[in-house]
Amino acid sequence: MTTEILLAGFGGQGVLFAGKILAYCGLMDNKEISWLPSYGPEMRGGTANCSVCISDDPIGSPLILTPDILIAMNQPSFDKFVDAVKPNGKMFIDSTLIDSKCERTDVECYYIPSSQLAEENELKGGSNIILLGKLIKETNIFTLDTVKKAIEKVVPPSKAHLIENNLKAIDIGMNN
Amino acid sequence: MAVVFERPKSLIDVPTHYCPGCTHGIVHRLICEVIDEMGIEGDTIGICPVGCSVMAYDYFNCDMIEAPHGRAPAVATGVKRTNPDKFVFTYQGDGDLAAIGTAETVHVATRGENIVIIFINNTIYGMTGGQMAPTTIPGQVTQTTPYGRDPELAGYPVRVCEMLSTLTGTALAQRVAVDTVPHIRETKKAIRKAFENQKEKRGLSIVEVLSTCPTNWGMSPVEAIKRLQDEMIPYYPLGVYKDVTAEGGNK
Amino acid sequence: MERNLMKGNEALAEAAIRAGCKCFFGYPITPQTELAAYMAKRMHKAGGVFLQAESEIAAVNMVLGAASTGVRAMTSSSSPGVSLKSEGISYLAGSDLPAVIINVQRGGPGLGGIQPSQADYWQATKALGHGDFHLLVYAPASVQEMVDMVTTAFDRADKYRIPAMILADGLLGQMMEPVSFPEISINDYDKSSWAADGHKNKREHHIINSLYLKPDELQKSVYERFERYEKVKAEETDAELYLTEDCDILLCAYGATARVVKSAVNSAREIGIKAGMFRPKTLWPFPVKEVNEAVKNAKCLLDVEMSMGQMIDDVKLAINCSKPVHFFGRTGGVIPTPAEILEEIKKVGGAE
Repeated sequence: MTTEILLAGFGGQGVLFAGKILAYCGLMDNKEISWLPSYGPEMRGGTANCSVCISDDPIGSPLILTPDILIAMNQPSFDKFVDAVKPNGKMFIDSTLIDSKCERTDVECYYIPSSQLAEENELKGGSNIILLGKLIKETNIFTLDTVKKAIEKVVPPSKAHLIENNLKAIDIGMNN
Repeated sequence: MAVVFERPKSLIDVPTHYCPGCTHGIVHRLICEVIDEMGIEGDTIGICPVGCSVMAYDYFNCDMIEAPHGRAPAVATGVKRTNPDKFVFTYQGDGDLAAIGTAETVHVATRGENIVIIFINNTIYGMTGGQMAPTTIPGQVTQTTPYGRDPELAGYPVRVCEMLSTLTGTALAQRVAVDTVPHIRETKKAIRKAFENQKEKRGLSIVEVLSTCPTNWGMSPVEAIKRLQDEMIPYYPLGVYKDVTAEGGNK
Repeated sequence: MERNLMKGNEALAEAAIRAGCKCFFGYPITPQTELAAYMAKRMHKAGGVFLQAESEIAAVNMVLGAASTGVRAMTSSSSPGVSLKSEGISYLAGSDLPAVIINVQRGGPGLGGIQPSQADYWQATKALGHGDFHLLVYAPASVQEMVDMVTTAFDRADKYRIPAMILADGLLGQMMEPVSFPEISINDYDKSSWAADGHKNKREHHIINSLYLKPDELQKSVYERFERYEKVKAEETDAELYLTEDCDILLCAYGATARVVKSAVNSAREIGIKAGMFRPKTLWPFPVKEVNEAVKNAKCLLDVEMSMGQMIDDVKLAINCSKPVHFFGRTGGVIPTPAEILEEIKKVGGAE
């Protein structure tokens, strides 16, 4: 089985980092994985996105055009990808920054005010991980234990104090 | 009988391809004398340019590399960075060093690359038959400036030592000439200083040697020496433009 | 073996260090910059040299200098930068110097774009500089293969005294995949008969040179090189044959494109079309024997590239135009999708 996850938002919102955590979760669970960022000038404050494939088999194209799961962190990303999600797919939407509602009936949408939750909990820049927490809970793609191990692996030793914050953000996401 | 004059050991005993009256031979000899005196022949790697001295690898008895046109300083950088204990020198003409290789020349100096550059300035492209060089003096007739170099059309010459002396990484920038015996002695002293700088890891040393090209200037060797003295030295004043070992010794 | 997640660009750099690369000279260009950044971080600690050159031209000539002294040296760039390196690459080849050059391709011509492309196939395999010469050209299709091929490239470059190129693309350079670094033993080739590293007064002086003014001498040196090329052609080709045993339609693709093609081949099989894939891992020498083996039962071929069709020439030559070779390509940084390739398979082969 292959799960294709697309994460999209502004440069600086941490879509690549959240994608990396997902990729490392796959690594921890001995899956085949690919992680592909968009790159170039758009990474400096424009729209950034990141394709993560997690599979039991070798991965063909790492570029995701029709994701099973979408994390949308800003309005342009929502507008761009809302119709690309596969039927029966899932969407995780930061409702603080995205006003629109998805009109499709063949996908499941989760609206989480993740930017607001991050601010309320003094987790600056933690909106991405809150959305990730929600994704973990609603898809059961990885266990919480795997996610913890992945975060410990992704966060560089010099920033070890951020591990706690990331775990807290996952927890908020799972309980909202 | 006492031997008072002989060929330096590091200068290979073969006839050179240089024209009669050309001063390349003098400069080759001076470099080899310095290499012999310092006893570094086995630890020296030379880089040839593209130009008249392209085949200098057949004359120097140390290991030699022939570089693409203008790239000798980059090649020398690759050699020196991976062999910091070896002596590395480039031997380049004016077209090679100051036209097509300007970027390599400037940046080898900005990095303070610990090598020696011997720069032969004869104000003309020799090998290709006498075209305008970046150092061709205004008014000078060449194949590509048949009416004399007109700065309005062809721009002005580059004064290399003056330019490189502005860069922090340059340890020595000195202009010398090989027109007279005292000047030839001065040239040898400058080359020796350049190699000593390398030994002491002081950075980039460039010795610019004002030279002649009787063939492409259309002169006899004697007339060519006179032109060097009357036209080149006034435009390219001899002297030390930068010397990090001298106290207030910079021009 | 421990698996790590790494970007292709970073994996190339780490693999080079492990393969005994002692110096890296580079210049920033998207989409290969992570390679230089990784080298900047790691090379010094590994006891080697990292230097950011003033230009691509300087970088490749620094490689020429280091390689002349017998040191394993590498440079990397992306398409426009590789064009600048072509002068130095021709000199490397003409001087019989081993070195590794990496091209993480982007769209062209000119400044082109920065998205993945395979439009430098001709440049890499036919004309990377002036003169009669070839490079060894390796085409990885995964991050793991990038690691493995860098190891091979350094080894074969030394073995044959021929510069080697890794022809990757922006997709492979930027993506992360699990990768492991197998223990490798580095063959220590004796370079003492030619390296210009100072003769210590113990041997004749060595000259590294590509200049031969006498035509018969230059011809002799080129003939000698081409004798080595014949040996390389006989011994160094490599290709992946996927479901080719019974295939009616043989797809040909290399690098990142082959990943997409493989997905399309699987989909074709699911709907009853007998598709297979030939993927050259060496682009020069081109796996002529392998493609003929793969095509023996096929009725036609479909060549897929991220270009307007460059490798297709080699495919046609390899099979002597004995069967129809169709083409599907995307260019300018557009990556073909499995769906559109499947449509193409149906169109050219499925109908029969």
